[in-house]
Amino acid sequence: MGHGFSTLLYKEVLRFWKVGSQTVAAPVLTSLLYLLIFSHVLEAHVKVHGVSYTAFLVPGLVMMSVLQNAFANSSSSLIQSKVTGNIVFVLLPPISYLEFFLAYVLASVVRGLVVGAGVLLATFWFAPLTFVEPVWILVFALMGGTILGSLGVIAGIWAEKFDQLAAFQNFLIMPLTFLSGVFYSINSLPPFWQQVSHWNPVFYMIDGFRHGFFGVSDASPWLSLSVVGGCLVLLTLFTLNLLKRGYKLRA
Amino acid sequence: MSAAIRIQQVSKCFGSTKALDKVDLEVEPGEFFGLLGPNGAGKTTLISALAGLVRADSGSLSVMGHDVQSDYRAARRHLGVVPQELVFDPFFTVRESLKIQSGYFGIGDNDRWIDEILENLGLTSKANANMRMLSGGMKRRVLVAQALVHRPPVIVLDEPTAGVDVELRQTLWAFIRRLNEAGHTIVLTTHYLEEAESLCGRIAMLQSGRIVALDTTARLLRRFSTHTLRLRSRDEMPADLVRGAAQSGGWWSMPFDAFDEVEPLLARIRAAGCRIDDLEIGKPDLEEVFIRVMQGQAEASVN
Ligand SMILES: Nc1ncnc2c1ncn2[C@@H]1O[C@H](COP(=O)(O)OP(=O)(O)OP(=O)(O)O)[C@@H](O)[C@H]1O
Ligand SMILES: [Mg+2]
Repeated sequence: MGHGFSTLLYKEVLRFWKVGSQTVAAPVLTSLLYLLIFSHVLEAHVKVHGVSYTAFLVPGLVMMSVLQNAFANSSSSLIQSKVTGNIVFVLLPPISYLEFFLAYVLASVVRGLVVGAGVLLATFWFAPLTFVEPVWILVFALMGGTILGSLGVIAGIWAEKFDQLAAFQNFLIMPLTFLSGVFYSINSLPPFWQQVSHWNPVFYMIDGFRHGFFGVSDASPWLSLSVVGGCLVLLTLFTLNLLKRGYKLRA
Repeated sequence: MSAAIRIQQVSKCFGSTKALDKVDLEVEPGEFFGLLGPNGAGKTTLISALAGLVRADSGSLSVMGHDVQSDYRAARRHLGVVPQELVFDPFFTVRESLKIQSGYFGIGDNDRWIDEILENLGLTSKANANMRMLSGGMKRRVLVAQALVHRPPVIVLDEPTAGVDVELRQTLWAFIRRLNEAGHTIVLTTHYLEEAESLCGRIAMLQSGRIVALDTTARLLRRFSTHTLRLRSRDEMPADLVRGAAQSGGWWSMPFDAFDEVEPLLARIRAAGCRIDDLEIGKPDLEEVFIRVMQGQAEASVN
């Protein structure tokens, strides 16, 4: 990887960091509000996997923040650059499509991890957390961030207007993340919805991530690893192919 | 030595619009070249194809001998493009933008050259201003600066003086001229034909995606445009003179090829008893050439 790649990565990180109140502080606050509200309502009544509801909820919220912010970073950066036209600054230099992909996705992962860490720090005080198998935590955070970062690249390239991107976000990303077991264990669902959840790749990201904290989960972490790993490979290949063809970027 | 720019049989369609139609063009190293044409002629599309922003449907393009598709890294390193649209990244200051742009081209430490560009474009005092705070003309200067960070041997400017004040035009052209004298190849599009006439050694005219004229500026002027004697008189003109002349607003315009035709012309007017109220000699200009080339094409396509 050349200097072009590292500069693009640096620029993408700097871009969200310069508006950190929107890109980092705001999502941390949102997660904190979810935690306060849901745990206030449910803490006394619910226990999941033998841990308190609040403790159960924290890893879910952290991972949801990682995923949503990874998606938001690449997609909003690309759509803004396209709409304002400054995408040419990246298209004119000798940057390969692979470097382009890695820089945007890696910056998304960085944003996801920064926000995730922020949520963890902010919510840590509300529930005793354990870190039983921390490797899983890291592996799923990185893979989930990469997948959503890639999805963000696809959405950012595909969308021509902000409302198209909003549609992608509202009708695909939000349902997938909210219906993935962030707020509940899918074992508590009726059998039909359990089945449906097993078709949602985000469920495996959250479940595997949570396994790292408690050592118990709805699905085996190895199953989650293979599902998430498979998605990662497919999506990476798909995105690279779009970029290689210059889809919507080089007419 | 390979051409600075070589364009061979390049065609490009957008839906049913034929933006480029089998364009052939070669620009030699060190040239100051003008690419002219009415709105929608395909100038920007041609530049975009050269820069890899648009993929040609057929044909090939190269910069300093490097194919823009198969050897895109080298081609792009040798090319600096000032886009027509006034684009900027609102997140960064002028200096940050230039440093980042240098990095994209693989240049880590570029501060001295950046300072020099800023100085030459009158941007030094704005170096640390955020891009959003700059006026339109200032943003245009930064756009020029961004195209130059990697010292490209071939520089393409797509209407760099659109909406720009006189002062910047002069500083900009002085700077670009110096770069040209230092060996950089310059390609320029503009709708200000006097600008092209005074700067460009060679000119191509594009219409509906096709090159309709390509020659040195001097030859184009000679071929399509003549000197004119323009005069104003209240008296009746001799009939034989009126035949070759055009009249508008009290002025008579009489074309002539060589200056030794002027004296006999004036002598005949005096002999006819006409008093001359006002007189001037018009030089051939590119505007006339442009209009005649474009009209000639329009007539050719009707027939
Ligand atoms: N992305 C695009 N999609 C569809 N049509 C396009 C696109 N870009 C250019 N065109 C069309 O191609 C033709 C050539 O456009 P181009 O921008 O190259 O003209 P130009 O010579 O640069 O004109 P101007 O002097 O106005 O800048 C026009 O008919 C234009 O409408
Ligand atoms: Mg144009």
